[in-house]
Amino acid sequence: MLTIATLKKGQRATILEFSVDVVPLKLLEMGCLPGNEVELVQIAPFQDPLYLNINGSHLAIRKETAEKIEVKLI
Amino acid sequence: MAKQINVALIGNPNTGKTSVFNRLTGLNQQVGNYPGITVEKKQGTCKLSRNVKAHVIDLPGTYSLNASSLDENVVIELLLNKNDKDFPDVAVVVADVENLKRNLLLFTQIKDLGIPTILAINMADRMKRKAISLDIEILEEKLETKIALISSRKNEGFDSLKELITNFGKLNNKPCLNASVIAPEYFNRLRKTFPNQDLYKLWLVITQDVNFGKLDRQELKVVASFKTESESNLKRLQQKETIARYQFINKVLKETLIVDAANAKDLRSRLDRVLMHKFWGYIIFFGILLLIFQAIFDWSTYPMDWIDSTFASFSEWTKSAMPAGDFTNLIAEGIIPGLGGIVIFIPQIAFLFLFISILEESGYMSRVVFLMDRVMRRFGLSGKSVVPLISGTACAIPAIMATRNIENWKERLITILVTPFTTCAARLPVYLIIISLVIPEQRVLGIFTLQGLSLLFMYFLGFASAIVSAWLLDRFLKVKSKTFFVVEMPNYKLPLFKNVAITVLEKTKSFVFGAGKIILAISVILWVLASYGPGDFNNAESIVNEQHISETLTDQELDTKIAAFKLEHSYIGILGKGIEPAVAPLGYDWKIGIAIVSSFAAREVFVGTLATIYSVGSEEEETIKNRMAAEVNPILGGPLFNFASGVSLLLFYAFAMQCMSTIAIVKKETNSWKWPIWQFTVMTAIAYIVALGAYQFLK
Ligand SMILES: Nc1nc2c(ncn2[C@@H]2O[C@H](COP(=O)(O)OP(=O)(O)OP(=O)(O)O)[C@@H](O)[C@H]2O)c(=O)[nH]1
Ligand SMILES: [Mg+2]
Repeated sequence: MLTIATLKKGQRATILEFSVDVVPLKLLEMGCLPGNEVELVQIAPFQDPLYLNINGSHLAIRKETAEKIEVKLI
Repeated sequence: MAKQINVALIGNPNTGKTSVFNRLTGLNQQVGNYPGITVEKKQGTCKLSRNVKAHVIDLPGTYSLNASSLDENVVIELLLNKNDKDFPDVAVVVADVENLKRNLLLFTQIKDLGIPTILAINMADRMKRKAISLDIEILEEKLETKIALISSRKNEGFDSLKELITNFGKLNNKPCLNASVIAPEYFNRLRKTFPNQDLYKLWLVITQDVNFGKLDRQELKVVASFKTESESNLKRLQQKETIARYQFINKVLKETLIVDAANAKDLRSRLDRVLMHKFWGYIIFFGILLLIFQAIFDWSTYPMDWIDSTFASFSEWTKSAMPAGDFTNLIAEGIIPGLGGIVIFIPQIAFLFLFISILEESGYMSRVVFLMDRVMRRFGLSGKSVVPLISGTACAIPAIMATRNIENWKERLITILVTPFTTCAARLPVYLIIISLVIPEQRVLGIFTLQGLSLLFMYFLGFASAIVSAWLLDRFLKVKSKTFFVVEMPNYKLPLFKNVAITVLEKTKSFVFGAGKIILAISVILWVLASYGPGDFNNAESIVNEQHISETLTDQELDTKIAAFKLEHSYIGILGKGIEPAVAPLGYDWKIGIAIVSSFAAREVFVGTLATIYSVGSEEEETIKNRMAAEVNPILGGPLFNFASGVSLLLFYAFAMQCMSTIAIVKKETNSWKWPIWQFTVMTAIAYIVALGAYQFLK
């Protein structure tokens, strides 16, 4: 399964549908919506946290959250 | 009476709300390029025209009306409570032009609440650099609102913003999104139960747990019945709502916003590559920390020495210039030395705030959060705990308030509990004076001084004990909370000199005045207690004369003996002797005991207290340090401040929770007495045991 956590640095992908039970609403509100484009900008040591560019919003989230968001490479 | 319009500034974090607030009101609230600088409501007034004034409220940033942390609750509580005296007549949504899409989400929610809403698009000065163009007219039409394009950095667009506020009555209140499209069946049911209520507002009340003030009890009960809908179902509806809003926004922006990515100059990615590098990122971060300590330890000693001697001669001068008597003594022996004890560390506090404010203003702080999150999590903290821990080196009070943007309650609680271990500025004067007394002035390896290294060690000790206790707390605290972490990475910005200067000035000022008040009060009380006493105190002269009748003493020696006798038999001497048994095992005499007890109000009082106690009855102009160096241990002889007692004191101050204001803020932030009492007891116990062990081992 391809998720944000499995992306490599610099890779871009499209966010697929995800379940609200595992992904907090706040992330959605910050622009992390199904259909949006995500780029993995930078990874901290131990692969955690991840620095993302989602449609122009620059956010860092933890790996455990990133693992729950499925993506499709573009 | 002039008309007052209530204006609320609302917007995403870090969009410049406080900068706009400062422009409108002429006040100087703290601004910084880090999401979550403002954590409370701030108010001011703005004159709009000759007889119209606006009452402006600055609020913490929020991404939406669905609150998930404490600072966001403040906004929702205000907007949902019509009875609040600050309830806005008009909301100004401050948006960042570079992030318009996300900012508009909140805008549509606020407009749907039925509050007249103006959109203020801020940071217009960055449009050119980022190659952004906007069609304001069409945007106004699509959003059915009025827009002011402003730049608070350049002070542009504020006249039109003020005009829009004045004419807020002309705004239309039509919602952007018909709430019932989210789930028609569910909302129909709602409408039937509450025919007179605003549906969107009800929806917000149902979906979150904030304090709604005076919502009718009966109503709340019925609302509760709607909560029975399964939680994940409600969440699904919230997600649907958010997606629907974004669809609306995307449609609007498609016709009005053009960003020419090819022309945008990007500083961010180049700086990020270095500053957030897996290896260099950490090296740079620790380099910056070292630079800060260098400034505090080394550069600020020059002004500090000068302040110390100035106060000593000022006190002397007062004595000679004013008519002799109790009042003069109170000023010269009580108040001036007491105040000197606080003024002396203005240079260090100023340096500290200078660096912290530059780190915040440049946008670097968020990068540190990113770099440190993984490491901090091992100890039960969050990357966001780094900010409180660093600013805790200035003062624990703002630091504890800065924990409000930590989403996870357990991580936040641990951060609050361990922050007082970091070496705050109030400990500095204590450390400095004791280190200079008991650590030899020696150079190590040519560049470092032994004293400087000792101070560095004390800072290290502070961080280490914070981290270790966080780790322990993480293992033993049983607190349920969901884990979640997200932090925004703002654009890098050149720190604005004015913002930095204001932060340094305001913080230093409030620190000095805040502590100044306590110190003033305590030094007056101490002076009174030290200058009066029962029984023998009043016959001191004859008693001492009698004791030394056979010796030949100069007048001066005799005076000193009398003064010492008086002090010991004054009220404070009697009190001090009472607590001496408790502090003697740590290597202290009763004067230090008194200083420690009085510094439970605030640590920096320690030096002031000793200064006051020592200067009562003494004739000579002396710096505090020289007086302390001359003290003799009453039991063992030899200097009172020697290596063993000095180390024991340093350790006591490193661990003890001696600050009433911190206790008050912990009570406020955790909303219970349980945590501050617990924190106080444990910290004081650790301090006592460690100091005892150190003294008994070293003596
Ligand atoms: N270039 C530019 N920068 C601005 C402008 N207005 C504010 N800033 C900067 O944006 C950053 C955030 O400003 P604040 O006023 O603290 O923002 P805020 O919305 O109050 O932030 P929070 O209280 O954290 O939610 C600071 O670094 C400001 O200097 C502007 O018009 N142009
Ligand atoms: Mg602010």
